[in-house]
Amino acid sequence: MKKLSYDLVVIGGGPAGMAAALKARENGVKKILICERGSKLGGILEQCIHNGFGLQYFKEELTGPEYATRFVRKVLQTEIDVKTDTMILEIAEDKKVIAQNGIDGLFEIETKACILAMGCRERTREAITIPGDRPSGVMTAGAAQRYVNINGYLPGKEIVILGSGDIGLIMARRMTFEGANVKCVCEVEPFSSGLVRNKVQCLDDFGIPLYLSHTVTKVHGKERLEGVSIAKVDERKNPIFETETYVPCDTLLLSVGLIPENELSKSVGVDLDRVTKGASVNEKRATNIEWIYACGNVLQVHDLVDNVTEEAEIAGKSAAKYISGGFEKRKRSIHVSPGNNIGYVVPQRIDYTNSDEKIIKLYMRVRKPDEKVFVVVKNEQGEIVGKFKKDTIAPGSMVSLSIPVIKLTEDTSSLTVSVEKEGESI
Amino acid sequence: MEGEWDMKTDVLIIGGGVIGCGIAHQLCKYNFDIMLVEKEADVCMGTSKANSSMLHDGYNVDKTKLKGQLVLKSTKELYQKMAEELHFDLNICGSLLPGFVEADWDAIYHQFQMSAENDIRGVRIVGQKELHELEPHMNPAAKFALFNPNTGVLNPFELTIALGEHAVQNGAKVLLNTEVTGINSSGGRVTSVVTDRGIIEAKVVINAAGLFSDHVAGMVETIDYTVKPRKGVYFLYDKQYGTYIKRAIYSTPTTVSKGLIMLPTTEGNLLCGSNAIMHDEKDDLSTDLESLNHIYAEAIHKYYPELPRMGDVTTIFAGNRAASNTEDFIIGHSKNVRGMINLIGIQSPGLSSVPAIADMVEDLVREVGENLNFGIKDYYNPTRPKPIVLRELSYQERADYIAENPDYGTIICRCETVSKGEILDAIRRPIPATDLDAIKRRTRAGMGRCQGGFCGPRVVGILEKELGISPLEVTKKGKDSYILSMQAKELALQEGGSSNEKVIL
Ligand SMILES: Cc1cc2nc3c(=O)[nH]c(=O)nc-3n(C[C@H](O)[C@H](O)[C@H](O)COP(=O)(O)OP(=O)(O)OC[C@H]3O[C@@H](n4cnc5c(N)ncnc54)[C@H](O)[C@@H]3O)c2cc1C
Repeated sequence: MKKLSYDLVVIGGGPAGMAAALKARENGVKKILICERGSKLGGILEQCIHNGFGLQYFKEELTGPEYATRFVRKVLQTEIDVKTDTMILEIAEDKKVIAQNGIDGLFEIETKACILAMGCRERTREAITIPGDRPSGVMTAGAAQRYVNINGYLPGKEIVILGSGDIGLIMARRMTFEGANVKCVCEVEPFSSGLVRNKVQCLDDFGIPLYLSHTVTKVHGKERLEGVSIAKVDERKNPIFETETYVPCDTLLLSVGLIPENELSKSVGVDLDRVTKGASVNEKRATNIEWIYACGNVLQVHDLVDNVTEEAEIAGKSAAKYISGGFEKRKRSIHVSPGNNIGYVVPQRIDYTNSDEKIIKLYMRVRKPDEKVFVVVKNEQGEIVGKFKKDTIAPGSMVSLSIPVIKLTEDTSSLTVSVEKEGESI
Repeated sequence: MEGEWDMKTDVLIIGGGVIGCGIAHQLCKYNFDIMLVEKEADVCMGTSKANSSMLHDGYNVDKTKLKGQLVLKSTKELYQKMAEELHFDLNICGSLLPGFVEADWDAIYHQFQMSAENDIRGVRIVGQKELHELEPHMNPAAKFALFNPNTGVLNPFELTIALGEHAVQNGAKVLLNTEVTGINSSGGRVTSVVTDRGIIEAKVVINAAGLFSDHVAGMVETIDYTVKPRKGVYFLYDKQYGTYIKRAIYSTPTTVSKGLIMLPTTEGNLLCGSNAIMHDEKDDLSTDLESLNHIYAEAIHKYYPELPRMGDVTTIFAGNRAASNTEDFIIGHSKNVRGMINLIGIQSPGLSSVPAIADMVEDLVREVGENLNFGIKDYYNPTRPKPIVLRELSYQERADYIAENPDYGTIICRCETVSKGEILDAIRRPIPATDLDAIKRRTRAGMGRCQGGFCGPRVVGILEKELGISPLEVTKKGKDSYILSMQAKELALQEGGSSNEKVIL
């Protein structure tokens, strides 16, 4: 068994992994290895040939492959080792990583730190237990996207989409461009779960109806999909069977949520957040295991790659600092938790003094859409540490807040983030 | 193919389920020709692929029934020997029948008495403390249980495929995508079998057509029995729950539910099911909300309240038991036509009765196969080589395989860690996998939590290259279950385009 030695191993060569590796390198880490299980760098961006990437980070509008290419070029120009078609099998407690590929065989890497950037996977029809037959023609929107954009084949002609997640919306437009007929999109929630701009540009512009509070109740077809039953749901999301209608179609695409891929993290003992299903991290994006960092969709599912890059740069910079000696700890950690109408907050805790920083950014998702609200951050005394006005909030759009470091005193022990309506305090 | 079709065999087996493959395995040692025909694109496509996967020891069976006698003869020791020779996963994990209330006691005690009558050893009643030591996650309200250490769980795909492949290695022929549509006889003796691909001459015909065995039996004479499908629905949970339950757990029958089961599969998932719904459509394998809710409430949630209703569910599926009107196995010669042997109503515990069923069928073949040479083939090999499954090997062993063949180094299915080499092996094995589900049954690629979302497109690519077909010809499970419908842009360029009809609610 081959043995290698690195200062930093980055698992995943998507936008998160590349940005983290580049930032770590910029901050002085010498021997860096990126392991990517796909056959090239770029991750999921490779198949996202639509535009809308980079508006924040590059201040220009790029396609997914264009956004990825900017980082791939830099990685290749920098002294960062890359192994593609390489699968990490295990992260061992004693700072060893076991990997395999066809060239090196099965090998062991000794490292000083590790950054998790494995991305996420799509929730399946099976996971949400849609009853019925099990024909071909039922697939996640991401799988369809790969078939069309990478392999050059169309999965079907008459399409129904379940779930208004961004990939589903993007695929509604993409399939329409290919000449397929997208008959409707059903969303079980009473609100769309994707970005507003995607609903407008991918559905409204093409006259594709979006039915909120509707779901697929049954899949029909023994060999290839022949149709689906759809029905309205009540407030508890149970189907109202009197409203059930049969829709003939040969393809059902699912865009019903993304789940961070943390099987590897779990096996080494990384603690996960029950809501994000990603690691529970501090402001440096370190997990409970001090040499393991996490960023990108494996940490929390992002709607914009720009935020992924930003998060990855924090992780890369922090890992570099950790390797070269570490940070000054606070007397006590600050526990950050979600309050009214907030689903989760990342980071989940603040461990260091951050004396070299001016602000700490908190990222979160709300549970329900609302308008004209304040997102308020309070400490354990109920004192306001930050208050931010938002015209609209929705679960599909991540919210980020900047908290001035000086507002966090030595004694601060917790922060709670809540949504408050004008005039009322909760 | 049709033009040069000139098929002849000594023994022809109809049906590539565990029973048909088990019979082929049993007979392949002898010096006569065996052919097995299966209407689907792979073996193990019928009842043998969707069931509880339990190796019953028959502790509670009715010995006056044939199915009771056969399961008692098919001991776990026979299965252990078979697992060693043919390589399929088998775990003698034991079973528990827990009780919550006084009323459950009668059922449990009755079963205990039956185990004594059936001479099964080791069955005993355990108290609350021991029960929860055995199954720490079980609902604390469970008070006592009947414990049977002999019950096992096996991998039904591996078992069926291993039996079939072993037969092929020893000279048997397997014809897939071949449906029997008629059987010819002359002078009161079977002469040939008509299939949708041509006629096959045969001296002895064995009908192991599962749910369709009444239909096939009816091709030679009028019959006085029927086979009806009785459906059972299942939940299969993510591997993170693989050790959550350690033994097969039976639910105590109640007024609203017959016994349901929850068990750890040999592959490390958690399987929970199955109810029993009589219906009429033999190939209807659809699941329904009512069954799912029933199984969740009566079994899963009652015994393991922490298991979720959805989310960590890897898949849901259904299987059809082939129930005869006598509710027993019916195994024997056709009444009026010599050379035809029927196996009817092989429902549970069919999977657990394979050795005894195969023995019984061999005796029947000897009775009608006067001209068959029952001498042992000189090249007969009782063992099947073990397929390479990297995830089961030590790191050093894996490294050695990869060094020899780099395809074992490239992981295609990330959820189940399946390499390109293993997928290629599956396509090249004695009974070749030619569609996504066939690859899944042999390697687990696509069987994990992403359900093929990531590896599906890559497996399509491997099948395309290896079989030299277009991606448009790749199917999920044969026939019309194609994955892709046309090349990109083709539809957009079609004259008139597609309809633009939207769903208006
Ligand atoms: C819900 C459920 C739970 C069960 N649980 C257990 C259990 O825990 N333990 C146990 O021991 N048993 C169990 N069983 C029973 C067990 O699964 C069956 O007894 C066994 O699989 C039957 O195998 P078979 O080969 O007879 O049928 P099948 O697997 O159905 O095989 C028959 C084959 O014949 C083919 N065929 C049919 N007609 C034709 C034709 N005209 N031409 C060519 N081919 C044809 C079919 O395509 C099929 O592949 C269960 C069954 C079910 C449904």
